[in-house]
Amino acid sequence: MENKTNGNQKKEQPRIGFYVCHCGHNIASMVDCVEVAKYVEKLPGVALSRDYKYMCSDPGQELIAQDIKEHKLDRIVVASCSPLLHEHTFRNATEKGGLNPFYFHMVNIREHNSWVHTDRKEATEKAKSLAHAAIHRVRHHKPLETKRVSIDQNVLVVGGGIAGIHAAMTLANAGKKVYLVEREPTIGGHMAKFDKTFPTLDCAACILTPKMSEVGAHPNITLMTYSEVVKFDGYVGNYNVTIKHKPRYIIDDLCIGCQDCIPGCVYKEPKFLDDFNEGLGKRKPIYIPFPQATPQLVVIDPDTCLQLKTGKCKQTCVEACGDKKAIDFTQKETFTEIKVGTVIVATGFQTFDAAKIPQYGYGIHKNVYTSLEIERLVNASGPTGGHVVMRDGRTPRSIGIIHCVGSRDERHNRWCSRVCCMYSLKLAHLLKEHTGAEIYNFYIDMRTGGKNYDEFYGKLLDEGVQFIRGRVGEVTDWAFTPEEEGYLIIRVEDTLAGYVRRIPVDMVVLSVGLQPQDDAQAVRRLFNMSCGGEGFFLERHPKLAPVNTFTDGIYLAGCCQGPKDIPDSVAQAGAAAAEAMVLIDKGYIEQEPNTAYILDEECSGCKSCVPLCPYTAITYDDARKKAIINEALCKGCGTCVGACPSGSIVQNLFEDEEVFSEIEGVLAYE
Amino acid sequence: MSEQKWTPRIVAFFCNWCTYTAADLAGVSRMKYAANIRVIRLMCSGRVDPQFILDAFAKGADAVLIGGCHPNDCHYVEGNYKMLRRFRLLKRMLSDMGIEEDRFRLEWISAAEGEKVKTVVNDMVAKVTALGPLRLHKKFEEWDKEMSELEHHIQTQSAPAEKEVAHV
Repeated sequence: MENKTNGNQKKEQPRIGFYVCHCGHNIASMVDCVEVAKYVEKLPGVALSRDYKYMCSDPGQELIAQDIKEHKLDRIVVASCSPLLHEHTFRNATEKGGLNPFYFHMVNIREHNSWVHTDRKEATEKAKSLAHAAIHRVRHHKPLETKRVSIDQNVLVVGGGIAGIHAAMTLANAGKKVYLVEREPTIGGHMAKFDKTFPTLDCAACILTPKMSEVGAHPNITLMTYSEVVKFDGYVGNYNVTIKHKPRYIIDDLCIGCQDCIPGCVYKEPKFLDDFNEGLGKRKPIYIPFPQATPQLVVIDPDTCLQLKTGKCKQTCVEACGDKKAIDFTQKETFTEIKVGTVIVATGFQTFDAAKIPQYGYGIHKNVYTSLEIERLVNASGPTGGHVVMRDGRTPRSIGIIHCVGSRDERHNRWCSRVCCMYSLKLAHLLKEHTGAEIYNFYIDMRTGGKNYDEFYGKLLDEGVQFIRGRVGEVTDWAFTPEEEGYLIIRVEDTLAGYVRRIPVDMVVLSVGLQPQDDAQAVRRLFNMSCGGEGFFLERHPKLAPVNTFTDGIYLAGCCQGPKDIPDSVAQAGAAAAEAMVLIDKGYIEQEPNTAYILDEECSGCKSCVPLCPYTAITYDDARKKAIINEALCKGCGTCVGACPSGSIVQNLFEDEEVFSEIEGVLAYE
Repeated sequence: MSEQKWTPRIVAFFCNWCTYTAADLAGVSRMKYAANIRVIRLMCSGRVDPQFILDAFAKGADAVLIGGCHPNDCHYVEGNYKMLRRFRLLKRMLSDMGIEEDRFRLEWISAAEGEKVKTVVNDMVAKVTALGPLRLHKKFEEWDKEMSELEHHIQTQSAPAEKEVAHV
């Protein structure tokens, strides 16, 4: 069955070219490459065996192409790094030499061998047996064609923070159609809550809100706020997305954003905690999150609105709305189905829950704040109009800022959240500016890497902000001396001075770290991505594919991939947009030909395979009593192949005989 | 046979998306583990045909390890569940054949769990080393020899009888 395309003489004696890469010292230091090459040379079918310093270099690739022509090679095996890294490189080199690229097989002797083993002899033996397996396997390889899949021009951007906004704008400006989905009533994300941005002290709203309104008005962007992606399927270039729109109880097209309804509400005073202001302010059941919210639409909160909760309300808001008739209490969830070719996931982060460290007193002592609360407190559009007033109504005269709350902590999050040192410095500056208070920073290490960041630290030192090196033990109101009465006492080991200090302050600010959103796992599953151990979405390669995921056509931007500051988020969003455009402008993607097909003459029509396929690619032809695989739907997992009792399903690139010969090969060495 | 330096041979089938990537991560992070493992890459643990495992044992593997994505995380939705079903059945069959439980293992290892690759491999090598060699392929040779001797024996015994019959 296998010699449809190959001449018989090839089956009898292939001419395999084998190359083992030194990878500088990476492989050669642990694996005796010369010995491996010598061993392979003697294996049947091997026409040529070489070791070379850097196979992936241009001369290395050229060597393969040259040898194919000169030595009439018809199969190529390279033993070097992971195929996930360089399989494409060597397939291209094989193709350049005039062979079908799938006559190539790769052996991983770096990630799986030289880097993880310590005994040179054992590692060399392992390399030999893996090479042996590849030599066995490659003779069964068939010439294959890659599949071309067309790419839908539309892009879905999930998350409307600064990363999502920037990615959407970049694509829209390039003429691509973008759907921007945000689950909150407004776009803007965390950045919209900030007062100033480090280290330039730009006003966050001044740089963000123009971008937000641009997004709202852009002809190429369909903005869907208060909406969530609930269903996602399809494949690269052709994804089907279902988006749920939560009811605002406001008719989008009729609301002109005049906000007359808000004073019209039966609640005369704002009564309910305002999420946007981190619970420091109050809002009514009908509200707009913040003045520059985009879109400029009010929202009615069903949990607090009298009409929606009890059905008994004078509906004075409807009166206030008048003949615009934009309020609709009967609104229900609606769903939109769209088709997109690529997706940018920019779902952001959440801050660490400071209450998890009870010794810092958040939620116990009322003058302990999180950094995000302080952002709102110093913000001119915040709950206090930019006046730093504590929960007890006083203005603080001394403030302690505790760094690394929840970060770099074995008990909570191991990682450095990257932005806390810098935002703590910024808050120190702003709090000093607003109150003139004495400010203490308690830090483990100051991490101010970034353009003009360390200079900013220097500036704060000059401003007279105090820096105490040590992880804070506790924040307490238990006074030891009369001078400590009425203060919050920060107990810390000053590791530079070498003793434990008690520092009384009026206000404590906890610089909480960044962590993945609570529902990051659900989002990951929805888009078929991977997560790192800490729960941030995993990039395809930490250095060379930092915005790609393991799923083609899905890209990452912003803090959902790991903690980062605004410049990095924007840069990454731009990179993700560029990657999406690569696919869109190319118009198609070449897909691995590892799909499965049925050998008609062998199929007994038992139907075992039909229910196994999650993509419903397998159907049963009643007339012929045979199963059929739709190649366009098959994604090449091979589950049906492993289950077929008569061995009548074949998976390209992973045929039974290929795997069996690989098993034989790895066990062949003595 | 030079048996004084026997070390186990473990054949592993790793799925492309999670466990193979995790093993790459272990490499990039320069974790150190025993060199007894030989990884065969498949797209999904669902591709693992029970025959692969039987064949590996028959050809001389002392143990077989299968690595797939965690439940609910399969790149192909549910291939790992399909593998789990086969694993359970096959495990029972293998133990009936006298192959100890520790010689056949299924592990869920996500792309982020390089550390788990290391611990699983080391743990498995320790357990299989304690069990000693399986050497089915040598046993097959012995059994084959026994069979052919038996055959030969029967043939040489039955041959005269045939002649006698012919004479009568």
